[in-house]
Amino acid sequence: MTNVDAILQAGLAAIEAAADLIELEQVKARYLGKSGELTELLKQLGKLPPEERKAAGATINVAKQAFETAHNTRRDLINAQKLEAQLAAESLDVTLPGRGLSTGGLHPVALTLERIATLFRSMGFQVADGPEIETDFHNFQALNIPENHPARAMADTFYVEGGDVLRTHTSPIQVRYMLNNEPPIKIVAPGRVYRVDSDATHSPMFHQMEGLWVEEGVSFADLKAVVTDFLRRFFERDDLQVRFRPSFFPFTEPSAEIDVLGERGWLEVGGCGMVHPNVLRNVNIDPEKYSGFAFGIGLDRFAMLRYGVNDLRLFFENDLNFLKQFN
Amino acid sequence: MQFSEQWLRSWVNPSLSSDELSNLLTMAGLEVEETTAAAPAFTGVVIGEVKECVKHENADRLRVTKVDVGTGELVQIVCGAPNVAVGVRVPCALPGAVLPGDFKIKPTKMRGVESGGMLCSGKELGVPEDVDGLMLLPADAPVGQNIRDYLGLDDQLFTLKITPNRADCLSIKGIAREVAALTGAALQPQAIIAIAPQIDDVVAVAIQAGQACGRYIGRVIRNVNAAAPTPDWMKRRLERSGLRSISAIVDVTNYVLLEQGQPMHAFDLAKLDGGITVRMAKAGEQLLCLNEKTVTLSDEHLVIADDAKVLAIAGIMGGEESGVTTASTDIMLESAFFAPAAIAGKARAWGFGSDSSFRFERGVDFQLQTEAMERATELVLSICGGEAGPLNEKVAELPARGGVKLRTARVARLLGISLTAEQIATILSRLGLSFDTLEDGFLVHAPSFRYDIEIEEDLIEEVARVHGYDAIPYAAPAARLRMLALPEERRPREDIRHFLAGRDYQEVVSYAFVEEAWERDFAGNTDPVRLINPIASQMSVMRSSLIGGLVNVLQGNLNRKQPRVRVFEVARVFGKNAAGKADESTQPEKVAGLAWGPRVAEQWGQKAERVDFFDVKADVEALLLPARASFAKAVHPAFHPGRCAEISLDGKVIGVMGELHPRWAQEYGLPTAPVLFELDLAAVAARSAIKAEPVSKLQPVRRDLALVVDEEVTVAAMLDTFRQHASALVKEVALFDVYRGKGVEEGKKSLAFRVVLQDDARTLTDEDVEPAIQKLLDAVAASHAAQLRL
Repeated sequence: MTNVDAILQAGLAAIEAAADLIELEQVKARYLGKSGELTELLKQLGKLPPEERKAAGATINVAKQAFETAHNTRRDLINAQKLEAQLAAESLDVTLPGRGLSTGGLHPVALTLERIATLFRSMGFQVADGPEIETDFHNFQALNIPENHPARAMADTFYVEGGDVLRTHTSPIQVRYMLNNEPPIKIVAPGRVYRVDSDATHSPMFHQMEGLWVEEGVSFADLKAVVTDFLRRFFERDDLQVRFRPSFFPFTEPSAEIDVLGERGWLEVGGCGMVHPNVLRNVNIDPEKYSGFAFGIGLDRFAMLRYGVNDLRLFFENDLNFLKQFN
Repeated sequence: MQFSEQWLRSWVNPSLSSDELSNLLTMAGLEVEETTAAAPAFTGVVIGEVKECVKHENADRLRVTKVDVGTGELVQIVCGAPNVAVGVRVPCALPGAVLPGDFKIKPTKMRGVESGGMLCSGKELGVPEDVDGLMLLPADAPVGQNIRDYLGLDDQLFTLKITPNRADCLSIKGIAREVAALTGAALQPQAIIAIAPQIDDVVAVAIQAGQACGRYIGRVIRNVNAAAPTPDWMKRRLERSGLRSISAIVDVTNYVLLEQGQPMHAFDLAKLDGGITVRMAKAGEQLLCLNEKTVTLSDEHLVIADDAKVLAIAGIMGGEESGVTTASTDIMLESAFFAPAAIAGKARAWGFGSDSSFRFERGVDFQLQTEAMERATELVLSICGGEAGPLNEKVAELPARGGVKLRTARVARLLGISLTAEQIATILSRLGLSFDTLEDGFLVHAPSFRYDIEIEEDLIEEVARVHGYDAIPYAAPAARLRMLALPEERRPREDIRHFLAGRDYQEVVSYAFVEEAWERDFAGNTDPVRLINPIASQMSVMRSSLIGGLVNVLQGNLNRKQPRVRVFEVARVFGKNAAGKADESTQPEKVAGLAWGPRVAEQWGQKAERVDFFDVKADVEALLLPARASFAKAVHPAFHPGRCAEISLDGKVIGVMGELHPRWAQEYGLPTAPVLFELDLAAVAARSAIKAEPVSKLQPVRRDLALVVDEEVTVAAMLDTFRQHASALVKEVALFDVYRGKGVEEGKKSLAFRVVLQDDARTLTDEDVEPAIQKLLDAVAASHAAQLRL
């Protein structure tokens, strides 16, 4: 049976020499195919005397198994090498930038508004809205600002043909909301407002947000608490100093300006007060039963403070280089 | 209102520093906008008298003086001022003095002559004057006294921002009254001397408009020296209040206005024809005012007239012709009360106001007129001499002051703090508010100087203010908790914004007022809502479309060399209703976007292709999902007529999109046309309720149909036909390719549709599928002459 061993050795050598899977399969066919060398040996077993047949068969089967093992090992190796080569060839410069659309972003004032609205929603305030061309009634009279009242000079008003005005504040939204809803009322009302004023610190169009809470028993102490809490959450500073300074608005009584302590002293950030009973009466709410507070802030100013923007006009120039910083 | 702290402290002097006083006023609602020093810091300057003055031997322009500075020894000082002379008293800086600008004075030699100090001009002390040379002090200025003390230079100028409700604080008297109430410090009011008449002359006064003029007091003073100089102390107080000295009599009226809060006027008696009538103007009457403007009056204006003419617009401004001058010898002083309603808004309508109108329209103390007249008379007589006549007072309708009820319990309820009746009573007393005690509170009587105490809340504010807003504690409010509604069928604006930002659009904010041309060009709107008082002509109409603003943003960014611009805006637009007015229904919100430049930002591995209609259409479709919008070819003034679509949802037009008309691209200086869309925000925000359907687990079958049709046949028309003729098995029909060219006749195109069929109950066989497909093919063949491409 030296013949078997010689064939096996030649076969194993051929396996080792096979460079790829095709060659390897050719080698396999040469030895284990229908007329392969080892197959032929098995075929010839019948010709052997019966007493030799068994041992010879065993020897051939061992050789066959050894061949198959070597073949499988070689095949796995070739496969592994092939995969490795493929992977090496497919490797990327992962530092190349990603492809496709980039993303845009929100305007800083919208970002600011969103944060503020989220904070107030967490306290149960709804977001309300209203038209920007307003009637004199909604913008002034219902808010206790009669014609010729000196307070009208506080807000230089744009008029449209026909006598309506561009709203000078977001307060008309509270008028509309109160006319259409019963207390309890808890809203914030953001929007664009207009005043005849244009310089480095004033834009003829800017953004305000009004807050209103009307319910039985709402007090000035509640106003202080809600506004202070809001300012501390917005600026993310628990130690922010907030003060309420007596002031005057026709639509609130008592009224206050809201100041926060900044690096350069007190900074006015809004106005507030208890809703004036005349305003409540104008919207058919009984001031004996209900009380409420209102506050107003400048969203642009809050955006400036929050993001360190020092020129209001940047918000309206729409320079993409400026806006993209907020993405 | 600006005033001198020293002046205020002469009325009330609480033991507070200037900063503390400033803070007190601010926290009481009289906001101190600014405090500035009356003079910059300097030291070592005293009053000196020049005793000798000789020419310097070596210098033509210099004098060598010997100055008495109160030390007993004369100091030799070399001086170059033109007005130095023997006998003048001037500020003298001695060695060791430090003048503004850190200028140190040392003994020195000037051209060989010892000089032991410096004689000073006003400019050198930081208090500039009109005089050229040394500051000349009065002959009685005490030699040796520190000049800062003598001129009261250690003074602060306070500028208060007085809110419209606190007209009572538009005077030294009023602010002093407030400070006394807040601090408890004693008020030391200016004594008012009743001047006994020395002559009998009166000018007759008739009040014809009693509602508008509640009181009028006239007083004649004869033989005044109107050219007499205004005393320095008065000048100084006027100047520190921001007023220029004009002439003695005018200065007195201004001084009384500042001190007492009563606007006064002085007429030249010689210019009056007959008596004074306070009446409404006749339409068309004119007056040349003191500010040299001529105004035309109407019957809404209250005037002071004599028998021949209008002399002054009551409470607003005097007339140029009848006013007192330095040549006047006989005058009539006016001290009157005009009702706020009669004055308010009038001056503003002419574009000017005065210290007088500012006070009258906010409310002047209606009991103040006599005191003010006596005070002014005293000052005129002491400065200009003369003989005063009697007070000639006419009274008509004065404001009523009813009692205002204040309930102790209401104070607690509105402020959220409990104050006892005693605490409230103390506060009311300090404010000078008299009251009767009631079972549940107080009946408060507002004094004649307060116009802001009409209702209970006004008093509650007063209580809170004096108690201190800071002293009201705050704890998290106790309230009934209610969850907010969260309607799934309405998408919040935030979501829409974030969606567009996620698709590479940058949010912008443009002005709502635009150029009229934009409305015409981009919206075809020739009748926009117009502003009566626009800030500039290119901001004169309210936009009915956001397109112009976006094009403008594109222009701006192209000027800044942006290679690619994708922007959006969410905002209201403005139109008119049938009556030609903008009401709530004509101000819908829109969302609009613009894309210009390469489809994607310049990058590797992607060809730089220009964004086109269909890129933006994909954005619009995605924005509207899950709703499926339909797009129909349309004509719109802003857009290329062949590249414009009207966008509808459920048959209702909700917007438009398209490529900007090349005409506008050229006119607005754009190198290529952007693609824009504009949609009704309400439609974008609306969502139908989600209702889940069972999902078939069986294999779908797909058939692809390539159909050749005429160019004119739209995809939407094909899909419509498919939809109408689809059997229940057809789950989806969608276009996946468009082909023109070889194999397809000129003027035709091949549209490839994917048809997906599926049944919920069983796997489909060819026998099920073929009839369904044939039905679709027959339908498009019949409707659109569509032929299968073989």
